[in-house]
Amino acid sequence: MAEESVFLVNGNKLSWKEGLVVADALKMMNYTFKMLVIKMNGELVKRENWQTTPIPENADIKVIHLISGG
Amino acid sequence: MISRAEYFSKRDPFAFPLWQKATVGIAGAGGLGSNSAISLARAGIGTLIIADYDLVTLENLNRQQYTLAQIGKLKVEALAENIRSFNPFINLVLHPVKITPANLNAIFKEADLLIEALDEADQKEMLISCWLSNYPKKHIIAASGIAGFGKNENIYGERYGFLHIVGDMKSELKPEISPIATRVAVVANMQANLALELIAKAKGI
Repeated sequence: MAEESVFLVNGNKLSWKEGLVVADALKMMNYTFKMLVIKMNGELVKRENWQTTPIPENADIKVIHLISGG
Repeated sequence: MISRAEYFSKRDPFAFPLWQKATVGIAGAGGLGSNSAISLARAGIGTLIIADYDLVTLENLNRQQYTLAQIGKLKVEALAENIRSFNPFINLVLHPVKITPANLNAIFKEADLLIEALDEADQKEMLISCWLSNYPKKHIIAASGIAGFGKNENIYGERYGFLHIVGDMKSELKPEISPIATRVAVVANMQANLALELIAKAKGI
């Protein structure tokens, strides 16, 4: 039996399929933070590329929430 | 007149010379930036590059390292004055400008690492994103989640490659309530403490 294809978002295992882009990861996690930084496999993915950057199988995505206050 | 040797007595023989050679950028001179700058200056960082376009106001005094007499002054000038009052041997580079993607390099290119000390989340995102794109091998130490008081146990640091975040990662500001001096200073000093560690570690100490 083939193992299910997955990727990680902040340590949560999600089911992977061809054609997913970085923006989909936010929807799948129901994240509604406005300001955030996304790193995929250690590399920054800029906001303007969230809709176009594909998620590779087994990707490790970190979504970092930025909160006002300084 | 105090000599340099007298002033810098009882310092760590291995780490202190590295701190003296280091240049730390501080983006913002509010609650986070004024506190981290003062600690880094006391610890013996050689050069601080500080950028903030704002003026000191009365409402800043609840958490920022300024005095009543400094209201109306540029924050970078007031902070420099305060730092020089206890450390005459530090090199301070001041930029009284708003940090943008267009001027980030010109301001901070000499910095070995950057402390993010901005107020608004969108500015934090801009700074982190530009820094990591421009300098993928230079550390940036940001803060997220500093509102409220107490809850020491919730404040921690996370590392994502060259991006470090300190805070509780969840406390949102309530409308019309500033961050509170103690928690801002804790986070600012955790940022500064990490900066010292990263500089020392870069040489294996």
